[in-house]
Amino acid sequence: MIKVSNLHKKFGKLNVLKGINTNIEKGEIVVIIGPSGSGKSTFLRCLNMLEEPDQGEVIFQGIKLNDKKCNIDQQRQKMGMVFQQFNLFPHMTIVENIILAPTKLKKENEDEAKRKAVQLLKKVGLEDKADSYPNQLSGGQKQRIAIVRALAMSPEVMLFDEPTSALDPEMVGEVLEVMKGLAKDGMTMVVVTHEMGFAKEVATRVMFMDQGLIVEEGTPKDVFDNPQNPRIKEFLSKVL
Amino acid sequence: MDFLFLKKYGWYYLNGAKNTILLTCIAITFGIILGLIFALFRLSNNKLLRYIAVTYIEIIRGTPILIQIMILYFGISQYISLPEIPALSKIIGYDSSDFMIGAAAVAINSGAYVAEIIRAGIQSINKGQMEAARSLGLGSSMAMRYVIIPQAFKNILPALGNEFVTLVKETSIVSVIGIMELTKAGDIVRGATAKGFEPLLVAASVYFCITFAASRFVAFLERRMKASD
Ligand SMILES: Nc1ncnc2c1ncn2[C@@H]1O[C@H](COP(=O)(O)OP(=O)(O)OP(=O)(O)O)[C@@H](O)[C@H]1O
Ligand SMILES: [Mg+2]
Repeated sequence: MIKVSNLHKKFGKLNVLKGINTNIEKGEIVVIIGPSGSGKSTFLRCLNMLEEPDQGEVIFQGIKLNDKKCNIDQQRQKMGMVFQQFNLFPHMTIVENIILAPTKLKKENEDEAKRKAVQLLKKVGLEDKADSYPNQLSGGQKQRIAIVRALAMSPEVMLFDEPTSALDPEMVGEVLEVMKGLAKDGMTMVVVTHEMGFAKEVATRVMFMDQGLIVEEGTPKDVFDNPQNPRIKEFLSKVL
Repeated sequence: MDFLFLKKYGWYYLNGAKNTILLTCIAITFGIILGLIFALFRLSNNKLLRYIAVTYIEIIRGTPILIQIMILYFGISQYISLPEIPALSKIIGYDSSDFMIGAAAVAINSGAYVAEIIRAGIQSINKGQMEAARSLGLGSSMAMRYVIIPQAFKNILPALGNEFVTLVKETSIVSVIGIMELTKAGDIVRGATAKGFEPLLVAASVYFCITFAASRFVAFLERRMKASD
């Protein structure tokens, strides 16, 4: 579904991605782990062109995204993204947050979009918050709404950048539950996280990044129980 | 001191105050429109648009408004004359085309300042907001329109309110091209009564009443906005 080849990205002189190659298939749950600054976020953001790669290519469903001729806005409608800081729109109610993109981009009529929004809200147990504003919600609730907002566009793949890192510990569970539910429903997911429990339980593939490269990838069993690279052992001993 | 002249000339001030308020409202409306356009130009990826915006903003802010208004009045109006709007002429009490030049000059001047206010407002919005909007598939202009600008306007409302109060005073400049607003009214009354001082005091008091009421109103709006958060 997403094919990445020879991806390079620099910020000024800082060489952040140094040649990433991978292939994400439909239905996969890819979890990316690695030390801080290793380029996980940058890689994820290159997948939907929030960062423009310097070299290499990202091909999504056969379309090269880092191409002048590619209408990136259209492709992004099929790639949901969830951020560490939620990034809900504070001047809109929850339901307005959710229906903004479907009504403006897919020309869904408002009632229809609202009905769908409420259905999705029910799934994450927040239908009573439809008319609240984001700043009336807890962090965990905000992140569940952010997930719903992305899902409202019926994306083919969901990208998560440390979705639970900004949350109080007691709220991490509720967000992970929603993500597990998504995984069960067959959503293709790429998740950057430090939640090793989630990686072990849900991932179909774990990718370990270090210094701008994918150093090792495999099933959770391979990577966690039998890591080949000494850097992974060191990293895991710190986070587990 | 003797203010008995007000009995005869008081309506000059009322008429002047009305025109001052009208000028200010027209100028702030077009100032905000111009300001928004040039703020977006300034922040755009297009080099030419950025260049146009910077030129406009720097020239306006780097030259006196008195000169700007005279250039517009004596220079440009030689070549193009604004049509008279009868309805407007009726409200202001005389030919509206000079009045429109005055309003345009103040609006063009204010637009440069408003552009900078709006630019700062847009830049103060967390960049995660733009990223979230873009990641949903919204193009950059839709993201601006639905996500960034509404938030920016909320943030800059106090600054825009300030600009409005400043403009009330700034419009006094159009008296130099003979527009009958509050300052001109004071002038006329001075001439007619041969009093040098009192007519000015009256004009100043009326200005103060307008700006005071305006700043109260702006403060009220701000409180309303805060409450709605
Ligand atoms: N927009 C940017 N401009 C300059 N440098 C950047 C930018 N974004 C990231 N970097 C730098 O690139 C490097 C990799 O950043 P990245 O965010 O991809 O790391 P990460 O693996 O996600 O780390 P973390 O676990 O801390 O989130 C870091 O050194 C970071 O400071
Ligand atoms: Mg990161």
